[in-house]
Amino acid sequence: MSLATNLMSALEIRAAVDSGEASAREIVEATLERIEALNPKLGAFTDVTAERAIAKAAAIDARRARGETLGPLAGAPFAVKNLFDVAGLSTRAGSLINRDRAPAGADAILAARLEAAGAILVGALNMGEYAYDFTGENAHDGPSCNPHDLRHMTGGSSSGSAAAVAGGLAPFALGSDTNGSIRVPASLCGIFGLKPTYGRLSRAGTFPFVASFDHLGPLARSVGDLAASYDAMQGPDARDLAQAARPIEPTAPGLDGGLAGLRIARLGGYFARGGEPAAFAAVDRVAGALGATQTIELPGTEAARASAYLITMVEGAALHASRLRDRADEFDAEVRDRLIAGAMLPGAWVVRAQKLRGWYRERVAEAFADVDILLAPATPCRAPLIGQKTFVLDGREMLIRPNLGLFTQPFSFIGLPVCTVPVWTEGVALPIGVQLIGAPWREDLVLRVARALEREGAVRAPIGEVA
Amino acid sequence: MTKFEFDANRLIDASLPLLGLELSEASRAVVELHLETAELLWRAVRDFPLEDEAEPAPVYTA
Repeated sequence: MSLATNLMSALEIRAAVDSGEASAREIVEATLERIEALNPKLGAFTDVTAERAIAKAAAIDARRARGETLGPLAGAPFAVKNLFDVAGLSTRAGSLINRDRAPAGADAILAARLEAAGAILVGALNMGEYAYDFTGENAHDGPSCNPHDLRHMTGGSSSGSAAAVAGGLAPFALGSDTNGSIRVPASLCGIFGLKPTYGRLSRAGTFPFVASFDHLGPLARSVGDLAASYDAMQGPDARDLAQAARPIEPTAPGLDGGLAGLRIARLGGYFARGGEPAAFAAVDRVAGALGATQTIELPGTEAARASAYLITMVEGAALHASRLRDRADEFDAEVRDRLIAGAMLPGAWVVRAQKLRGWYRERVAEAFADVDILLAPATPCRAPLIGQKTFVLDGREMLIRPNLGLFTQPFSFIGLPVCTVPVWTEGVALPIGVQLIGAPWREDLVLRVARALEREGAVRAPIGEVA
Repeated sequence: MTKFEFDANRLIDASLPLLGLELSEASRAVVELHLETAELLWRAVRDFPLEDEAEPAPVYTA
């Protein structure tokens, strides 16, 4: 086999396996070799499930040999953030404490659905402890490193997911996004990330963080892979009580529908300040490529972001109350002390924040009467250095860990679907992302616009050349 | 009316026994910083005009 499997998308792999150009086993073996070679530098994987991956690949090859129809992702390797259950592994959620949990008896529902579509799980991925992190620095497993410059952060908390995809260890991976944990690392690592509408994909079989805001979704190097994996994961599941009663709405068939008829505007106000020039230049580039000249403002965004921040503090603290009491020394100190502070906040603060959530949702819904897609920066800057604690935004020194998501938080707060697209600048080694934000349940539109930008060459997700 | 000034250390002292937690001096300083940040953010939420009838969204459907 002479295929450069690390450069191939999941859909290209599926085509190669279907045509016989490559076997699933060859794909998986090449993937495992690359993980073994590069993972010590990238810190992406915490567990490699080689044995089951090879067995799964053999089963796919056997199906093909029997002349059976292969699934839409047949042979495509993928991996999951280690807060997803993987049969036989303790679901560590980036923590030391959770390693005491009994091994999961079954895969999380989304991983199971991807495998039912023919994708092959090759392992579990590093993440910020208990997902309370935007840096990608894990105190127990070490940091994930940005494949485009190993000295820099991946962003988090889906840090290993972004490192694996941007480093060419897998064409796509799953992450979670409570306040921006798919979109921030996608931005810093120069890949595509999809946070679907809140309630769209089942969270069954994953370790929670903030139930009010927790979303799951894919990260990938191509929009086609985002759509194909997202489509394969849709469907009802009674185990997630927040899942909405929505039909399966495939996005792949309309992916190449282009921009005709779409009304696209960039966001001003809150989303046009508090970032480095590169963040706004990236939005300029995307807006220019889309011919978007209109700018609108969303009222109350600063209070909305503040509400998301407070709800996160309190719900996170409530989730971990017993562990904070009984096993405080086993936490990453940076995570523990944020959680302890959350445990001390008045309940009335959270109730008012939840009221503001309803108010903000209504105002943003009104904005979507006049537009289909909104544009905003994904992060306020390119990837900071690993170990860097603060940055300066609009002349104010701020902590990085809680503030890298200041542009993503307002949208997970109200559950909107968002696709992050990667923007590169000539001569600059690190990328930065732009959010394409849609109305509830319009994943099809955010992906369609991302695809149009990808086809035009305005956004792209090259593999980092890891030395 | 008495002017209120937020004092994170008083909140910490009152909360620790209630929560059954202890803090090292190093952690106390960090928790204090997080509480001060939270209180600043709370002001934006507190001062935002909302009708009494505004519904909270503890279980949310987009």
